[in-house]
Amino acid sequence: MNELIKSAAALLESNAVQVVIGYGKGSASRTRAIFVTNVTDCEKLIFDSRCVQNLAVYLTKQEIKKLGKPAIVAPIPVLRSILQLAVENQITENDLVILGITPESELINFETFASIETFLATHRIAIDEKYQEIISKIKNMPVAERFAYWVKELEPCFKCYACRAACPLCYCTRCTVEDNQPQWISVAAHPLGNLEWHIMRAMHLAGRCTDCEACYNACPMAIPINLLTKSMLQDVAENFGSYGPSLDKENTLSSFKPDDKESFIR
Amino acid sequence: MYAPKVKGKLTLFDEVNAFGEIAEDYIVTSNSAKEIVFPRAEKLFSYHKSKEKAEITDAANNTFPDVILWGTRPCDAAAFIPLTDIFNSDLKDIIFNKRKDKVLVLSFSCSRSDDYCFCTSVNSGPGNIAGSDVLFTKLTTGDFLAEVITEKGKSLVDENKDLFEVKSEESKESNLAVVASRFNQEEIQAKLKDLFENPVWDDKSRACLGCGSCSYVCPVCSCFDIQDEAHGNKGIRLRCWDSCGYGLFTLHTSGHNPRNTQGGRWRQRILHKFLYMPNKSKVAGCVGCGRCSRSCPADINILDTLTSL
Repeated sequence: MNELIKSAAALLESNAVQVVIGYGKGSASRTRAIFVTNVTDCEKLIFDSRCVQNLAVYLTKQEIKKLGKPAIVAPIPVLRSILQLAVENQITENDLVILGITPESELINFETFASIETFLATHRIAIDEKYQEIISKIKNMPVAERFAYWVKELEPCFKCYACRAACPLCYCTRCTVEDNQPQWISVAAHPLGNLEWHIMRAMHLAGRCTDCEACYNACPMAIPINLLTKSMLQDVAENFGSYGPSLDKENTLSSFKPDDKESFIR
Repeated sequence: MYAPKVKGKLTLFDEVNAFGEIAEDYIVTSNSAKEIVFPRAEKLFSYHKSKEKAEITDAANNTFPDVILWGTRPCDAAAFIPLTDIFNSDLKDIIFNKRKDKVLVLSFSCSRSDDYCFCTSVNSGPGNIAGSDVLFTKLTTGDFLAEVITEKGKSLVDENKDLFEVKSEESKESNLAVVASRFNQEEIQAKLKDLFENPVWDDKSRACLGCGSCSYVCPVCSCFDIQDEAHGNKGIRLRCWDSCGYGLFTLHTSGHNPRNTQGGRWRQRILHKFLYMPNKSKVAGCVGCGRCSRSCPADINILDTLTSL
């Protein structure tokens, strides 16, 4: 992607940024996140359909922040995460340069977060039909069956927390699971511990998740935890309006209004 | 019996109840077989407190079931050696040893490998017998060469004489995968002691997300956390998997964290496996299975670091 390489090189050359966070060649046929700090290495930047890792996760990492102001290669899933991070006051417009990539693989600049929101308004989050079917099927199960379903699905989980680590919106420097006064969530990877963690994770993403599927892609046991986040997305959309980050509207579940619908907790 | 089983797009070690459930076409499973001797959540004891005393039921007094571990690769079997060493170093772990005693390891050598494999660089190989009770190698005839390595393995063969036939030397080598050597382990070990301050650790770990995947799929990694789960007067103490990759792994109560960068934690992983363990017990903490690299969500490949040293 020559435009990308040229832009990245220009930014580094002028010292507008000190690091370019992008995708590079990985193991076998994979791609991986690369952190380019000099003009020559810009050649390593690639972009193709294999580039699915959500790079926005690196924007809140202290080791990356130490490198200086970043430019970040941002296909749509990354753009959504950047906007949500902006909504949550984790980044400001001066903190980064965005090298947006359209679904047609064209480079697009975003000077402001508002311009990202305008662009994303024409690329709304849409839950794929096949997932809608599975989610409906699970929701239609009686509670006991649903419980058994999830206990079984989560059985391979060994609490590696790759899902947490890969999610750009899990940026707490000390996660609730690391509290032990009291130990809110069981550390152990037994059925209860697994349920507690995954329910809590989904709930903490309610109104925030942008359906990038980094959690599912990261899971070494290929557990379909994206079903939980997608289901949550749907519930939030149905109860509180359209989903997706917005600079004007407050975060759905971290703001309170007296006329809030409370049907979901009845 | 635990054997590789297909689960969706992965092949995992899991309990099997019928031969038909066992997967055949895999290089290595996504998870390791260490769960058999080192479960992800293991009850160490349970307790019951009353006014006068606390009754403790020690899991070390339990008997553990016989387990046949079928379909381990030579790397998986070799991993039991450093694992057993760790659990018998300064303290002989009763539960680990009881579990291990009940396991029969029936391994299958590798007829193919991929770029993630590097067993031949860590004193192992696609036909390594270390750690197995019997090692099977599939021959071109469709029969299997069975190398009987331990007394336990011999007992199995003696009990099933009709399934085995003593044969003269069968060519094992020609039925094994060719795994190119990627580095010299002794050279790396010698270099590592001078590389503590080297920028390679920060460089190679920039993309690391600090999850525990690599530690948890590794057949040798055995760091654990102790958790008490109490309900009123009763409770259990659990030993749970932990990972040195986590940001808070070395957080002191004082608030000081001696390993507070991902680079420091990546360095620890490599030094522990390739310097500290060989120094302490002569065996490296890595068998070259490549699971860590395969599972890493950020595609951190351990070979990148090791070959760059």
